[in-house]
Amino acid sequence: MHIQEELSQRHVLSLTVSNEAGILARIAGLFTARGYNIDSLTVADITDDHAISRITIVTSGPPKVIDQIIAQLDRLVPVHKVTDLTDAGPFVERELALVKVAGTGEDRIEALRLADVFRAKVVDTTIESFIFELTGTTEKVDNFVALMRQIGLVEVGRTGVVGLMRGKEAV
Amino acid sequence: MAEKSGADILVECLVDLGVEVVFGYPGGAVLPIYDALYNHPTIRHVLVRHEQGATHMAEGYARSTGKPGVVLVTSGPGATNAVTGITDALLDSIPMIVITGQVPTQLIGTDAFQEADTVGITRHCSKHNYLVKDPAKLAGVVHEAFHIATTGRPGPVVVDIPKNVQIATAPYARPELKVHASYRPQTKADAAAIDAAVEMLAAAERPVLYTGGGVINSGPQASALLRELAALTGAPVTSTLMGLGAFPASSDQWLGMLGMHGTYEANWAMNQADLILCIGARFDDRVTGRLDAFAPNSRKIHIDIDRSSINKTVDVDLAVVADVGSALDDMIALWKQRGHQQQDLSDWWSRIAQWRAKRSLSYPDTGPEIMPQRAIADLYQACRSTGKDVIITTEVGQHQMWAAQHFGFEAPNKWLTSGGLGTMGYGFPAAIGAQMGNPESITICIAGDASIQMNIQELGTATQYRLPVKIFILNNEYMGMVRQWQELTYESRYSNSYSDSLPDFVKLGEAYGWTGIRIEGPDDLESGIRQMLETPGPVIVDCRVAKLSNCFPMIPSGAAHTDMLLDPNQIAGIMSDEAKALV
Ligand SMILES: Cc1ncc(C[n+]2csc(CCOP(=O)(O)OP(=O)(O)O)c2C)c(N)n1
Ligand SMILES: [Mg+2]
Repeated sequence: MHIQEELSQRHVLSLTVSNEAGILARIAGLFTARGYNIDSLTVADITDDHAISRITIVTSGPPKVIDQIIAQLDRLVPVHKVTDLTDAGPFVERELALVKVAGTGEDRIEALRLADVFRAKVVDTTIESFIFELTGTTEKVDNFVALMRQIGLVEVGRTGVVGLMRGKEAV
Repeated sequence: MAEKSGADILVECLVDLGVEVVFGYPGGAVLPIYDALYNHPTIRHVLVRHEQGATHMAEGYARSTGKPGVVLVTSGPGATNAVTGITDALLDSIPMIVITGQVPTQLIGTDAFQEADTVGITRHCSKHNYLVKDPAKLAGVVHEAFHIATTGRPGPVVVDIPKNVQIATAPYARPELKVHASYRPQTKADAAAIDAAVEMLAAAERPVLYTGGGVINSGPQASALLRELAALTGAPVTSTLMGLGAFPASSDQWLGMLGMHGTYEANWAMNQADLILCIGARFDDRVTGRLDAFAPNSRKIHIDIDRSSINKTVDVDLAVVADVGSALDDMIALWKQRGHQQQDLSDWWSRIAQWRAKRSLSYPDTGPEIMPQRAIADLYQACRSTGKDVIITTEVGQHQMWAAQHFGFEAPNKWLTSGGLGTMGYGFPAAIGAQMGNPESITICIAGDASIQMNIQELGTATQYRLPVKIFILNNEYMGMVRQWQELTYESRYSNSYSDSLPDFVKLGEAYGWTGIRIEGPDDLESGIRQMLETPGPVIVDCRVAKLSNCFPMIPSGAAHTDMLLDPNQIAGIMSDEAKALV
């Protein structure tokens, strides 16, 4: 007997939650306890009084599982609202990456050229290295990192995705 | 405003919230609370023998009275011992509040003596939990905890209180109920959903009402409404293990329990139905069997207060998110308003009559031994003839399924069993809790020889509080349910399923001041049961039953409702790895 896997789709979920002790553990733990995937998770408080945080989760699963994830999140006591940005309509998603690349000579020039194409900024430099700052979709960051790998990638830090619906309304 | 200690605030809250009984066990981290409870005029404390016992007592109390059960335990081992019962209450949606002591706030995280991360450990086995670090916040938390435990889909809520918070003082006035703005269970159904449900039901030719524990949780009114809806529609009614009693077993419309050990007629009716109205049940794997063969030609309506239960395993055609009682009330009102009449269901009922004719619960009863099914049937008859209110609890195993099959329940809150978690050790403490809440009722735990040993220490608790609970052990000297699966799957290799070195249950009971009765054979059965029922005070009965009986009908894991095994001759002894891998 072999374990069967189901086809999955990527979804970006945006949650507003009460900013209280244990909330992140509650949410992350729900994903592990029920066997859901987390590709990335970001959290920060978003109101003046620090009472509410927004959590953005990138997950993947078959449609039925995504529906369950939303229902399960929604029933946690401190969760105010769960929006599936992927389903709800056009939305913007961004993540920020810091990418350290080392090299000299032609590699160094090529790294700068590529950074320019990707609109990455140089935020630190030595004679032999750069740190680039890049924002964009996950795919864009992936592509940039893949190219830098061929030139002299040292290390990468990424924030994970944040997202908002397009248009003037709040979700 | 007067200052009070955290411990006094807690006790004050419990009084304000109408708590009459607390099941608990003291320890260093709850001493201030125990002192506040000392000689308390209205709150009765039941001292258990193991914290797991306290949790199941609270569950039994809650399930039989409709009021939340309250547990009080110390930090560390007290809290970890409570985890099984908390999980049990989560899976069976039982309202329960568990108050745990914690090491003082300044020691949290230092691996202090008897420190455990209680909120961490219980985060995913409770409906919600709190660590209270400020006595000024305690009252608000306790009131919210009760609200969350008892509303929406009920469940266990844990309140962890560090010892210094119990001692420190804060101004206290009875708090207004302030609940998280994000907690808003939907109790009233959308009108459009009710409309659609009523029209689907009115048009159905082969309807089945598939009911579950949600009907019980919704309160006695929901059971009355279920009966009314059944009468209006003339539809057959089946139930999960958790829902038994919501609909009377004596009704002509009753099909018996469905699922793995359900009746032939219940499972075939589900399979052949054109409309399934699921009322407060959750399409559990023990009910559905093989998913792709479950009720294949039916449209399905699901009434549930918990949206996450809907479309979790089975896709339904219509979701009705609401409290069962409220939804049934709305449906009945609309049914009447529209002037709907019963469909002619005579074809449907004649097919059901054919399935009933299989008599799937019958068993051979001619040998020299007591058949366990006979023991339950006789116990049922004897209980009825007392004319008194009877509450039945069970442990987990074959005896539990036989009790569900052969004991008829007429009213809600009289059948207490661990359904979701299947916790051996639940039944006896649950009976103690039920007896506490229902002093006039006859409370009987139907147990197995193995399960009863899991919380046997609570014999002392019943003795101490003069609780006249009865334990009726179907002693087959096996973990019968495990043995049955080994026969089904592993060619009868009985790996560790024999109950070796059993104690003498009669003497064990007597050692705790109980009356012990042994029933050896069919000739003693009736008299033994009568003696148990007539003896005042607690009684333990060791009823020796046929050792190798198995529980039928049975739908093996992962099989379709139509592949039901009706008798032992159908047991193969080997299974595919795919089937073996299912629980
Ligand atoms: C705490 C716990 N451990 C293990 C099991 C697995 N299990 C289910 S039924 C059973 C055997 C029960 O034996 P007994 O109480 O004698 O009941 P019988 O089936 O013989 O009626 C076991 C071990 C369980 N349900 N709960
Ligand atoms: Mg047994």
